[in-house]
Amino acid sequence: MSDLHTLGVAQLSALLHNKDISAVELATRMLARLGGNPHNAFLSVDSEVTLAQAKAADARLAAGDTSPLLGVPIAHKDIFVTTDFPTTAGSRMLEGYRSPFNATVVQRLGDAGMVSLGKLSCDEFAMGSANENVAVPSAQPQAVTNPWDVSRIPGGSSGGSAAAVAACLTPAATGTDTGGSIRQPAAFCGITGIKPTYGRASRYGMVAFASSLDQAGPMARSAEDCALLLSAMCGPDLDRDSTSLDVKAEDFSRDLNQSLKNLRVGVPNEFFGEGLAADVRGPIDDALKALQAQGATLVPIALPRTALSIPVYYIIAPAEASSNLSRFDGVKFGHRAKDFTDLADMYEKTRSEGFGDEVKRRIMIGSYVLSHGYYDAYYLQAQKIRRMIADDFQRAFASCDVIAGPVAPTVAWKLGDKSADPLANYLADIFTLPASLAGLPGMSIPVGFGEGGMPVGMQLIGNYLQEAKLLNVAHQFQLATDFHKSLPKGA
Amino acid sequence: MSLTSADIQRLAQLSRLSFDPPSSQRMLAGLNDFFAIVEQMREVDTSGVVPMAHPIDAMPLKALAQHAPSAAQGMALRLRDDVVSEPNQREANQRSAPAVERGLFLVPKVIE
Repeated sequence: MSDLHTLGVAQLSALLHNKDISAVELATRMLARLGGNPHNAFLSVDSEVTLAQAKAADARLAAGDTSPLLGVPIAHKDIFVTTDFPTTAGSRMLEGYRSPFNATVVQRLGDAGMVSLGKLSCDEFAMGSANENVAVPSAQPQAVTNPWDVSRIPGGSSGGSAAAVAACLTPAATGTDTGGSIRQPAAFCGITGIKPTYGRASRYGMVAFASSLDQAGPMARSAEDCALLLSAMCGPDLDRDSTSLDVKAEDFSRDLNQSLKNLRVGVPNEFFGEGLAADVRGPIDDALKALQAQGATLVPIALPRTALSIPVYYIIAPAEASSNLSRFDGVKFGHRAKDFTDLADMYEKTRSEGFGDEVKRRIMIGSYVLSHGYYDAYYLQAQKIRRMIADDFQRAFASCDVIAGPVAPTVAWKLGDKSADPLANYLADIFTLPASLAGLPGMSIPVGFGEGGMPVGMQLIGNYLQEAKLLNVAHQFQLATDFHKSLPKGA
Repeated sequence: MSLTSADIQRLAQLSRLSFDPPSSQRMLAGLNDFFAIVEQMREVDTSGVVPMAHPIDAMPLKALAQHAPSAAQGMALRLRDDVVSEPNQREANQRSAPAVERGLFLVPKVIE
């Protein structure tokens, strides 16, 4: 089985349960591919820890445990705290930090028997759309590269996760999505990723960026695999996350094989304006036709406040970030400046040394929009428009079952192209922000290739708690097409 | 509306950050660019709209009820019971602290 590393979660699960391969053999094979840190995707690897987890999985397999994810490798975005690996959130502030507990999502996947290959690079505190804002290791921070073209960005902030899955360094990864950080890198790297309804997956142990937006989700190479992973990740965590929804864990694979006959697919006019590059539009149009060929009907819908989602998001997320990141003060954990005159000076120097430019920019924006005299005009106004955006979606869902459109206006751009222009990065988030603000589930599936042979992703947005429907649509599309099976050269 | 260098100083102080003059200038230019795209938001008529602090209060109960019977009573953010739920892990929790002595976090002298 020379192509073992290219197999997906469901396929590996079958091999493991048939005893065709052991979890230790599989983990050993996967670890062997991480030498030289391809695409700079990983921030930490520890083969001893990984092999110990694999050994434990083999013991459970031998005892007849039938958990589907048992022994299957995964890697975690370095925004989830872990006891077995360091957690940096991509920041100098947390370099060398070791958490005394596991994030609930990590714990759940571990309890399901998954074997962790390590921690994956991300933009600092998940703030970025290109994975260029990574600040660790501080001696030589390395931007993650796109496996389809190493001169390009993989997207962000879950760029390490997307690159690792696309390059077949791992069959699965966790990601987090605040304004598109699962969907956009999944699209740019040609993989499948889903952000569930806000509150489905526990935020306990996810280093907080914007608490009313942050949500964890899986990234893999098929909708079928994402369904397996999501089923294990989600579920109530009532004592540890006050925003965890009190809804039972679900089997998200249950509807994968339903037909798309009579499915109503809403197509928002605002997602297909002049800002959408022609090389992205082509594959999306073709994918919509493919859904029609499977029995779906296309319904024009309106999401009139799509463009407003940019200022609204970039007010609300920094406001929450400025508050969340006040915990980094050089006292309880993380970096502390060496020389200082007093407590205030210690705070200031610690934070100025520990945070990168983009993080500082967002803290400053947050401080401004929350400060006296500006709160009503900015923060409150943004929260009101956020409600209007959520209402727009409910109106749209009166006439459709899912919404489909592009994930991003272009394919992945070249490294460095937008790094000096944060605003250009913000504007490129336009299609992922609306669902984030509303708290709706959204996913990205590969639907073709655009300029430079780069992958194009289609976004599917569902109503609250409709993840199984999204995965159903994605799976049926993937049964009829091969885009999700395309691998970059060298994978 | 435009921010000034004095605003940057004030915000930096509120944020417990410091900037040398060149980075302060860059920050000023960056924030002014940013607030230019925010202007379109200020013109929207939002009279009568209730601010949405959280997605959970926007979730329609009808959609939720089929998944969670408890949703019929509304999906407010919970407060858990006020009881001790975590074991004492002082040592583990202080392992990553920059300066600790006899189980206490050390900070620079605050009172003269």
